[in-house]
Parts: sequence; C-alpha cells; structure tokens
Amino acid sequence: MTHFVFVESRDPHESTDCQTLQELATGLAGRGHHVTLFLVQNAVLPARAGSRFSGQLTGLASRGVRVVADAFALRERAVAECARGVSAANIDELLRLIMEPDTRALWH
Amino acid sequence: MGTGKTLTLAIMDAPYESAASTTALRLVDAALRAGHHVSVFAYEGAVALTMRGQKPHANPVKGTSLEDEHHPTTKDWVSALFGLAGERGVKLDWVNCGLCVDERGAGEWVDGPRRGGPKDFFEMAERSTATFVIPTR
Repeated sequence: MTHFVFVESRDPHESTDCQTLQELATGLAGRGHHVTLFLVQNAVLPARAGSRFSGQLTGLASRGVRVVADAFALRERAVAECARGVSAANIDELLRLIMEPDTRALWH
Repeated sequence: MGTGKTLTLAIMDAPYESAASTTALRLVDAALRAGHHVSVFAYEGAVALTMRGQKPHANPVKGTSLEDEHHPTTKDWVSALFGLAGERGVKLDWVNCGLCVDERGAGEWVDGPRRGGPKDFFEMAERSTATFVIPTR
C-alpha cells in the first residue's frame, strides 16, 4: 500500500479546503493506505488542545490517520499542549517520511 | 558520509511573503544534514530568494536599528545551505528558472545557483529518490 503524506500548511479558520483534505485522508486510510497528516505553519493552530477544530484532528487519528504537528511551528505559536491523537515532531521526521519508498507527498 | 539519496524540491513563493519559504529552506537544511543530495528548482517568485542585492534594514517606525532588527535575508540562508552542503560532502543543485528571472530582472545572485528551466526540474525528478512540490496558493 502507498503511504500518503499530506503536508497541511493552512489554518482551518482561514480555509475550508482543510476539511476536504481531511476527508481525503480519511478515505485513503479507510482503504487500507498508510496516511500521515503533517501540520506545518499556521496549520498547527487547531492542534492546540481545546481549540475549536482540535476534535477533527482527534477524530482523524481515531480513524487511522497519523497526525503530526511540526514542533518548530508549535513553539513559534506558543502551543504547549497538543490535542489527543496529535504528536509533535521535527522537520527531520517529515524528511524521513518523504524519502521513504512508495510514498506520495502532497503539499496543501 | 552521504546517503547517496537525492531530494528534489520545487518552490514558487517569493521571499518575505509566505512561511512556506522558511519551511522549504528548513527541509533543505534537514536533508543536507541527513547526508542527502538536494536539488532545488526555484520557479516564479522563488527566483528572488537568491538575489544578491537583498539587504537587512533598520525599522524607523519602531525606532530600531539594523542590529536591533537582526533582519534575516533569504540570500544569506541559501548561501549558508551551500556552505553546509560543502561541509557535509553532498551536493546542493539550485536552479533558478531563467524566464522567471528575466521577467523579474532578478539575475544577480549569490554564488551557487545556476540558470535553467522546467526541463531541469523534470530531469532532477527523474534522478531523485523523492520529489516534493511546494506551490503558491
């Protein structure tokens, strides 16, 4: 199975496209693919525990999507605690994922 | 010791407009530190990332000096990435789209980048372990 890595750079408060990407991620995970949603830049804002959209990310994780937030972006935005199901990682982890065989990485 | 793997990155955002430029350069930095070769295809506004004439500035509105602002420039970051590649014994191949450069009059670069076109991006991708595109919105 292909590993899909979606790099989300947008904050759902500014772009409803985030919802579409999450639906795509959920659909692919439901078909048995490995799927990672890697949050960068303002896309880490909903990863803050208690934020309005954090439940969506927790829901994604419960449906088999690995949700990762860029630790650098979290620090920049003073996000100290991530929502349930969201882990923090450095850009090295994104690089590792992109360089893996049978991986399709897409920026949004 | 290099891994022998190559990451190709296509970027399009002009400097000082989008956080995507910083993310892209962080990814290049991480790849070089991991021992990978890196190919960058700078398209459209991204050709200005390497312009030699960029200068840090003071901020007269806030009354801060050049030193207070400590303003980073993308051309210095790119130069540092070429230096890092040399230290690590891996190759950074940075191609600026020639037509994009001409349109913008953005031809004076720091040392390192070369002129090319979309054909170079295709060839980079063909040779690479992985290709990642960071488009503009």
